[in-house]
Amino acid sequence: MAIDFELTAASKLAQSHYHSVALEQMRPISRKYDLAEHQLPTEWVDYWWNEGRSGPRNKSGKPSDGFITICLQAEELCWGDAGLYLRMPTPALGGSAVSAAGTKEQQKRFMAPFRAKGGHPVWGAMAITEPQAGSDAAAIETTADFDPETEEWILNGTKIFCTAGEGASTQDGGFIVVWATIDKSAGRGGIKSFVVMANTPGMELIGCEKKLGIRASDTATLRFDNCRVPKENLLGSTEVRKKNPTQSGDKGFKGAMATFDASRPIVAAMATGVGRAALDFLIEELERQGITIRYDTPPSEQTAIERDVIEMEAELQAARLLTWRAAWMMNKGKRNNLEASMAKAKAGLAVTKITQKTVQILGPIGYSKKLLVEKWMRDAKINDIFEGTQQINQLIVARRILDYPSAMLR
Amino acid sequence: MIDFEPTEEQALIIETVHQFAVNEIRPVCREADESGAPPKSVVEAAHELGLVANALPEAQGGGGERSAITGVLIAEELAWGDLAIALAILSPALLGFPLADFGSESQQSDLLPGLMDDGFVPGSLAIVEPRFGFDVYHPHMVAKPDGDEILLDGVKCQVPWLDGGRHLIVIAKTASGGLAAFLVPRDIAGLKAEPESLMGLGGLPTVELTFSGVRIPKSAQLGADDADIRRLIDRGRIALAAAGVGTARASYEVALEYAKQRETFGQPIATRQAIAFMLADMAIEIDGARLLIWEAAAALDRGEDATRLARLAYDQTTRIALQVTDGAVQIFGGHGYIRDYLPELHLRNVAGFSSFEVLSLI
Repeated sequence: MAIDFELTAASKLAQSHYHSVALEQMRPISRKYDLAEHQLPTEWVDYWWNEGRSGPRNKSGKPSDGFITICLQAEELCWGDAGLYLRMPTPALGGSAVSAAGTKEQQKRFMAPFRAKGGHPVWGAMAITEPQAGSDAAAIETTADFDPETEEWILNGTKIFCTAGEGASTQDGGFIVVWATIDKSAGRGGIKSFVVMANTPGMELIGCEKKLGIRASDTATLRFDNCRVPKENLLGSTEVRKKNPTQSGDKGFKGAMATFDASRPIVAAMATGVGRAALDFLIEELERQGITIRYDTPPSEQTAIERDVIEMEAELQAARLLTWRAAWMMNKGKRNNLEASMAKAKAGLAVTKITQKTVQILGPIGYSKKLLVEKWMRDAKINDIFEGTQQINQLIVARRILDYPSAMLR
Repeated sequence: MIDFEPTEEQALIIETVHQFAVNEIRPVCREADESGAPPKSVVEAAHELGLVANALPEAQGGGGERSAITGVLIAEELAWGDLAIALAILSPALLGFPLADFGSESQQSDLLPGLMDDGFVPGSLAIVEPRFGFDVYHPHMVAKPDGDEILLDGVKCQVPWLDGGRHLIVIAKTASGGLAAFLVPRDIAGLKAEPESLMGLGGLPTVELTFSGVRIPKSAQLGADDADIRRLIDRGRIALAAAGVGTARASYEVALEYAKQRETFGQPIATRQAIAFMLADMAIEIDGARLLIWEAAAALDRGEDATRLARLAYDQTTRIALQVTDGAVQIFGGHGYIRDYLPELHLRNVAGFSSFEVLSLI
């Protein structure tokens, strides 16, 4: 092939389609659900379930550009509203986990409710973080014990910060992928992921967090108290387990971690969307004030604002291109663990700074809730935290470039 | 379709140029920096690779394969060896590409074949002027019409000036206020060349040029008044940015290796997050800047306006190259400050990016 930065016709179509969705369906209710935290954004959820999820009508007949298109969707919709994006009835991270670690049969089974026509909205989610274990996923304490009589796994523990956890745990057909250990002494080798269907007895929704931003997103706390799931719901191959359910290699954990190789570029694209919302608005507002950014002015003549805006544009574009590279590698079936973390680390920090700078430059109107600028700053920050904090992604990048195992660099 | 993979041909060029940088450039970069010029044997050997000739017009005996993308890939690899020597090796493009883009048929046939002959012939381009607030789009040097001639008066600096060159291109303002490029012989009356001594770029001889009533024929102007000099500036920025990324990458790589060797308290310093995270950030920023450069180069190859993208790519590279090379000096600690190691050379070289313009072309 050849180095190329042109989107395919189908990608361009998707981009403009989701931009319209963002503009028409999300922006008008963006402030409403920032204020009405924990309230289901019914107009958005219904729109997505009934119309949005079928996507743009692709008349070109050409296939979409895979993960590039998914990233474009994430960017455009988060340009609309990142909280509402996370509240969409989709398999979300649960889906990524099933795709990354599940068998073909599992993928078919768990995704079916999301593909069904009609019916009611359903959500997918992934539950990893615990009160005592966040970034250090290998330290999780939720246990899964095998009951040979019923051939079920019994889950016990508490999960926090589960995005879309309210919808996924309470709406029939939805599911949560829960990380738990089948053998604490085996460390991360003992970690497996289990699909818990919505309303499974023993799974209790404790509540949702009150947050700095992305308030439309339901960030749930879930308790598992002798929650039984059938053995078919353990993600991945069952061959080893049949002989000895506690025998554990590294495969389960690695399979679960592979979820992030797919999800981190998407989070990076989400971040880019929020950052672009702020930067687009800033440039438009400056134009309304008669200020146009000049790209052909020497540094000694540039205004401070021009310098800031040009730097913000470069940072945002660098983040976007790193994201597309990681997504392109997914399309090619190349291992993108390093590149996914690079994109995530860059995008998370870049948009944190871009949105903060936008608030700063716009002064009182940037700080006011009359506009959305202050909200974008609050929304942006999560991108530097979830799906691996800035520091965790730096750690991953560092281990890869140094060729160090995790024991060498913690 | 979005794609980040060079063509097979480009991959081969990258490999060839990289091996050249490893075997020929890197071993002599310190010597070149201290002595003030690249070893003649190295530029001659690089000339044999035909990197510039391959991009010159077929009609004049070139390869006719001008591609900005290929150009940035080459610039990065050469500069990974050494920035100054890379700019010296590519200097024929400073003469060849403006001639190819804007020159008349006779200007092309007079000069282009000479750039592709057996021996290396350097090129020169004069654009920067030595003062605070220099604006590349509004130079002080004016080309004043005088009958059938043009009068050039003014001062230029940071002009590459390798032995054996006979012509240079100078960028000046026309009477109507536009930008124009002029072909000037080095030995013309009224032109004085004063060797420069800069913080970095030791391996690239440069001069400050004083034009005192230099008279050239009107035909020495390349193209008409509408020759797109702004695009030349874009091309220069993208090319130089690629060389900046190459320099940053070199610095990052030696810092990474050093961090794995150097121990404190019984452990390599690379096992400390304070060092490891610096290296991670370097790797991320280098890749981010490279992709901005590729995108700008792709815009050039598609014939689109590239001024904004070139600006983003160049400014970003200027920032991150300084961050990376300074970080490399820091990781080396006291040794980073010693001229036995490369990071201080890299830092001095990239510190010039805030004033450089069109030191290379794609």
